Amino acid sequence: MAYPLPMQPSIEKLNATRQSRMTQQIPLLPPDQKQTLLEGFHPDYKKGTMRELLLGANKGDKTPHELANLFEAFTATDPAQANLKCPDYDVDVLVIGGGGAGVSAALVAQAAGANVLLVTKLRVADANTTMAQGGIQAADKTNDSPAIHYLDVLGGGGYKNKPDLARALTYDAPAIIAWLEEMGVLFDKNADGTMQTIHGGGTSRKRMHTCRDYTGLEIMRCLKDEMLNCKVPVIEHNAATELVLDPDGRCCGAVLLDLENNRLRVVRAKATILATGGCGRLHVQGFPTSNHYGATADGLVLAYRAGAKLAFIDTIQYHPTGVAFPTQIVGQLITEKVRSVGAQLTNVEGNRFIYELETRDCTASAIIRECQERNLGVKTPTGDFGVWLDTPLIELLKGPGTIQKQLPAMYRQFINFGIDMTKEPILTYPTQHYQNGGILIDDKGETTVKGLYVAGEAAGGIHGRNRLMGNSLLDILVFGRRAGVAASQSALSIGVASQPRLSLDHAKKYNAMAKELGFPKDRKAPILLPDYRPEPYKGHFTFFECR
Amino acid sequence: MQSAKGKVKEAECGERQADSGRVTIYLMGKPYQVPASLTIMRAMEETGYQFVRGAGCRGGFCGACATVFRTTDTYKLKVGLACQTVIQDGMYLAQLPFYPANKALYSLKDMKAAGELLVQLYPETMRCISCNSCTKICPQDIKVMDYVNAAIRGDIAKCADLSFNCVACGLCATRCPAEISQYHVGMLARRLFGSYILKRAPHTKQMVADIAARKFDPDLDTLTKASTDDLKARYAKREMEK
Repeated sequence: MAYPLPMQPSIEKLNATRQSRMTQQIPLLPPDQKQTLLEGFHPDYKKGTMRELLLGANKGDKTPHELANLFEAFTATDPAQANLKCPDYDVDVLVIGGGGAGVSAALVAQAAGANVLLVTKLRVADANTTMAQGGIQAADKTNDSPAIHYLDVLGGGGYKNKPDLARALTYDAPAIIAWLEEMGVLFDKNADGTMQTIHGGGTSRKRMHTCRDYTGLEIMRCLKDEMLNCKVPVIEHNAATELVLDPDGRCCGAVLLDLENNRLRVVRAKATILATGGCGRLHVQGFPTSNHYGATADGLVLAYRAGAKLAFIDTIQYHPTGVAFPTQIVGQLITEKVRSVGAQLTNVEGNRFIYELETRDCTASAIIRECQERNLGVKTPTGDFGVWLDTPLIELLKGPGTIQKQLPAMYRQFINFGIDMTKEPILTYPTQHYQNGGILIDDKGETTVKGLYVAGEAAGGIHGRNRLMGNSLLDILVFGRRAGVAASQSALSIGVASQPRLSLDHAKKYNAMAKELGFPKDRKAPILLPDYRPEPYKGHFTFFECR
Repeated sequence: MQSAKGKVKEAECGERQADSGRVTIYLMGKPYQVPASLTIMRAMEETGYQFVRGAGCRGGFCGACATVFRTTDTYKLKVGLACQTVIQDGMYLAQLPFYPANKALYSLKDMKAAGELLVQLYPETMRCISCNSCTKICPQDIKVMDYVNAAIRGDIAKCADLSFNCVACGLCATRCPAEISQYHVGMLARRLFGSYILKRAPHTKQMVADIAARKFDPDLDTLTKASTDDLKARYAKREMEK
């Protein structure tokens, strides 16, 4: 037993209520109660946590301070230092980002005949895609359809989603699953090949396709292997710090910072795809995060300075079940699949307080309410609070061995710290998980800046104000492929004759505006990586002293 | 302006610190005193390291932070992912953020479910001397030698199943006296299994055909044009699969 003594009486209460909870039904919340819950306890609604932007295409729109600080900042690299006259690379399509969206875009663009270059600031596959555990949605069963999936997506997103984007998402989904099967992705299947699909929060059909609880890892490593086989040129540990425009404002490449030798490089590209992911490492409102090390909203900053319009930047998704104990892994993800296969949420008294598979915004809010307003959270040794996720119940409901078979990554994560989740519950609290909004795209992945495409978490509009589980692994592939197709078509139609003049005037102008508006001089963006070092090391980013 | 600034510092990387004294660890031979409850990754940051290599997901999935270490109580070489392993007093460690391993290039769609492909593309696999060093070092507790032996026998299914939890950190390849790149062999086996042995889902194929035949276009046309009130009413009336 790895739980400290003060936490154990609550575990006994939870054990005592287990039998009666097995048959307890909690209905879905009616719309008005759901809205009251969100307004009362969802962090997006907390006063004083956001501000209106002072400049750019979304001037006047609200966004969390942590994001606003990146838009209201000077450029991280000096535009005058980039040698625009002789670019280091000249390609048809530049893909920035090495997660699922970037790699699928690169694969498709190269297959269409384009010269592609993929750059990434960490390694290929060091991305949230790899960390996605729960599954991927697609309406491919006989009781389901893209239209039924569409309605689930819109309801989950508060009916604010861009209809053409949600339609593209659900329409392409079955073909994405077929593409992944072809690539050798090991979906959980029955002997006859039918998929073992399950529910996720907010789904009306069991359309969650899984690969144990390593779904994202399995998809990502197949994509990466395929990309290596196809010999797509890749440069790792190079971060984009600025987009390059031509005098007409069309995007034609990017400035890269090599993080290993601090050199700036320039890529000229006929089309550019941003697949830079989300912003968990900004730690909005001090929340821990389930995101990978590089989730610092770089793409949003670059696109915004180039003039692109953003959408839904005032809504962040907090995953209901981040780790609340042990302290070393606070904020890391406990996949929704744990609830999909039967685990229940209970408070310190061992009582349930919400139907576990409400949409994420709603479940997260209910956990916050339980801990903050009702004072029924379980206290950890560091003074934080959480609620139980009754995982031994899974083995009672689905048979012994289910956890090891279906949730091996989760089992490993906790047994590492001496907690056996087949016998003991695990403690959970919401964690910053997903950027619901991002750079506004159309259904081909193109932004309001010509020549600039976006795919994956960096894109905005698909999920409205709240994404459903399993729709992110789906959207990176749907819009990665769509952006790859559109960018390569656009690039190949330009032909070889015209070489645009490269300019960073937009970045220089942005700096001038930043100065005029009086932003702090040391506030620079993108930040590329979070800085977890203590004083006196903090803030001394060697890689910004570039040559 | 950052209203929650104080809290940001505390929560920061999601790893909170219980007060439990300090211990000494040695980073590539150099001693540092750090708080006892930290993971290897956080402890290195505490000493002033900023990761460019050697950190990826920070959640135990990407394999970027493979670390080898020894402790004073045993001669044995130990390993762990830096983001998931708590430090111990006297820990003597180095990270292995990269280790060279050759990957075979192939066109999966032009292959077939032939077990001998595994050793044809990775002939060094046959050099396995069954020393089990790979299994002993795996931070994911995978039976690496067993899946290498499955590969030698041409058992694609077994090799795929046993290697499934691999995060490709590469530690197996560092220890192999036969110089095998085990994790690449596992990758090939899994892709062959998924693509050629696992049956394709008939319902997926059917749905792709139905969508190509535009079977659902009218429904989607209706929904994409529907008012929010109409959508809300439809949402409330959804039939939920049990």
